Amino acid sequence: MSTTNPTAPTGKAAAATADWLDQRTGVGVAVKGLARKLFPEHWSFMLGEIALYSFITLLISGTFLTMFFVPSADEVTYTGPWTALQGTTMSAAFASTLKLSFEVRGGLLMRQVHHWAALIFLAAIVTHMMRVFFTGAFRKPREINWVIGFVLLTLGLAAGFSGYSLPDDVLSGNGLRITDGLIRGIPIIGTYLSYFVFGGQFPGTAIIPRLFTVHVLLVPGLILALVGLHLALVFLQKHTQFPGSGRTNGNVVGYPLFPVYTAKAGGFFFVVFGVIALMAATMQINPVWNYGPYDPAPVSAGAQPDWYMLFLEGALRLMPGQAEVVFGSYTVPFNVLIPGLVVPLLLLGPLAVYPFVEAYATGDKREHHLLDRPRNAPFRTAYGMSILAEFFVLVLAGSNDLIATHFHLSLNDITWTLRFAFFIVPGIVFVLTRRVCLALQRKDREVVLHGHESGRIVRFASGEYVEVHTPLDEHERWIRVQHEPVRPIRIAPAEDSRGVRRPHYRSDVRRQRLSRLFFETRVEPVTPAEYAAAQEHRAIATGPGDAGHEQIVAGTGDHASRS
Amino acid sequence: MKSLAVRRHDRRAPIVLLALALVATGGLYAVLAAPSRADAAPLPGQADTTTGQKLFEANCATCHGMGAVGTAIAPSLVGVGAAAVDFQVGTGRMPMTVSGPQAQAKPVQFTQTQISQLAAYVASLGPGPQIPTADMVDPSKGDPATGMAVFRTNCAMCHNAVGAGGSLTEGKFAPNLWHTTPTHIYEAMLTGPQSMPVFNDANITPQEKRDVIAFIKQQGGTQPGGLDLGALGPVSEGLWAWVVGLGLLIGAAVWIGAKSS
Repeated sequence: MSTTNPTAPTGKAAAATADWLDQRTGVGVAVKGLARKLFPEHWSFMLGEIALYSFITLLISGTFLTMFFVPSADEVTYTGPWTALQGTTMSAAFASTLKLSFEVRGGLLMRQVHHWAALIFLAAIVTHMMRVFFTGAFRKPREINWVIGFVLLTLGLAAGFSGYSLPDDVLSGNGLRITDGLIRGIPIIGTYLSYFVFGGQFPGTAIIPRLFTVHVLLVPGLILALVGLHLALVFLQKHTQFPGSGRTNGNVVGYPLFPVYTAKAGGFFFVVFGVIALMAATMQINPVWNYGPYDPAPVSAGAQPDWYMLFLEGALRLMPGQAEVVFGSYTVPFNVLIPGLVVPLLLLGPLAVYPFVEAYATGDKREHHLLDRPRNAPFRTAYGMSILAEFFVLVLAGSNDLIATHFHLSLNDITWTLRFAFFIVPGIVFVLTRRVCLALQRKDREVVLHGHESGRIVRFASGEYVEVHTPLDEHERWIRVQHEPVRPIRIAPAEDSRGVRRPHYRSDVRRQRLSRLFFETRVEPVTPAEYAAAQEHRAIATGPGDAGHEQIVAGTGDHASRS
Repeated sequence: MKSLAVRRHDRRAPIVLLALALVATGGLYAVLAAPSRADAAPLPGQADTTTGQKLFEANCATCHGMGAVGTAIAPSLVGVGAAAVDFQVGTGRMPMTVSGPQAQAKPVQFTQTQISQLAAYVASLGPGPQIPTADMVDPSKGDPATGMAVFRTNCAMCHNAVGAGGSLTEGKFAPNLWHTTPTHIYEAMLTGPQSMPVFNDANITPQEKRDVIAFIKQQGGTQPGGLDLGALGPVSEGLWAWVVGLGLLIGAAVWIGAKSS
């Protein structure tokens, strides 16, 4: 039997190459460290990866597009194959987009890949942010990385907006016109700023080349740099993990980067690229040939921005027009300033600084590497949900015309309903979410103390009926009791024992007030004493020799000392 | 006198009276209806108008009034022309089944002959826009590029960039145009039904109207780049990005994450 082992020569060659490289660069040390790096396992930890991979898809498809796109407002007459535009005067930017779509081989597919990837990029960022927010992954030492992530979100919005406007079609031109209106709405400097941005009167010829530079150089460069920093920090600070048996604040339970995560993450890149390519191949996106070249006069029905800007459009649609105020000979358009600047600041601003606010309210200076279950942080979960609800109200408002036609409703009624919803819905969502969180925590307590309901009814000799509860195994129980209760902070009294007034007392009171707002309403996890008492009770109730009793005793040991 | 009074109170008297009344009505109807049945086919236009008038009185006069002079709930139709009747009745909008923000298109209630009879009657009441000829609405004779330019400046703000339809105030809406016949599109421009403004021949010339029809007839079919998702713009695209795109990707993440554990 001829023994031709195919792996031996390859293995030898690979080893030789690796050795050659290591002797010259010392890369072996880095590889050894990297390959052994552990990452915890959970599907929600891959949401950020979707964002990263769709960004890579954006870079690849975007590079292709720059080969053919002409960022110029020069006027040309269209002579290409699309009959509905033949002989129409348009900008070179629009004409080159048409050429990309109809004449460049694979051009339309690449355009659609790029646009779908952009929508998914931002959707993935938002979803990833939700995961980080609701699990409290932003707590010390990861506050800076949260802020970097937030800046990445705003850069993503900037990238999306600047790219959306490049083809110079009617729809994106309408968007630019709204932006121009927002800029002009800024008191005193607005008009100058608008002339500065557009290089003169709107729309002018300067904006397309300027947006192009922003879109292909400035914003992607910043995103790339910050993504690097974002990932480096994840690497240095180690990934957070969900609580579970064997997982502590001081360890990471997971798989090594090589080979498990190189395979998983590498494979997932192709899944992300594949899904985007599938969408691009089967679903039309941004058919600019339908909208026609930009001309300030026409506005078509259903003129809306991409989904990530829709909340701004919604805010504009909800705002009553009467809020325009005239001081002497100056007009201050609050009807534009409030939805265009105040609403986004109020919605997004608190999110950016939330880690610091929460740290201030808890007074907790320790590092946290174990994630919270969302129910165990009722205020945070409820606040996050109310912000999401507000965004949802605004997105619905931005789509009010489509809701009207598709559900046969009156546009005016929808607008009025959503105007009230804007103020009412976040509050309702906050209260409901907090109640659900507290209820789930109570359910956890109940289950830990008494076990799961088994549905089995037992009758004793005395005639008494009881339902048998199945006790939790120790892994299940640990998840429900491991978290620390967060209580409102306590402050020192206003005067010390000798009646001297303490400095900083008033700021401490403010802090305590905030802390109470966060943590006054709470359900504490089961303590070892409570658990022991429940066991005692159970032992008395069911009597000795019951099988369930034996199981409970077997499970206590190690957890009792932890919580 | 007394004997007469007694007979008057006979309990069979009402039945006899009813029988007499029925005979009288039937006889009168036979006498009056006979002549019109006799000369059933005189000049075609005249007959159309006469039949049209009957159809009108039976189906439309309840709201529009006898002689189409209008009532408190429906406008006068004197001078709206044959084109308006052909559009409103030909697309099923008239007769309306319920009042609402605007008349809805529904299955057509009359045959084409009856519609032209109604149109002939209404046209006879006063001069108004005529039904266009087949040549005037022929999409193959129009230029879609000019049509698109005209459509973009005059129609797209309500009907959407490609005529997919859009919303108006208080539950009114501009309908989708992809399945509207060229004649009806032309008539709508000419007569301005519902909330639509009138685009007369000075505003959009007959040639431009034909160009617009040529442009609309290109829409709604197979589009470059795949499914058009309703041609509704970025909102439907965003919905699909979340539902299909992120839905599939999160599904894949759950699958990959679940594989090992």
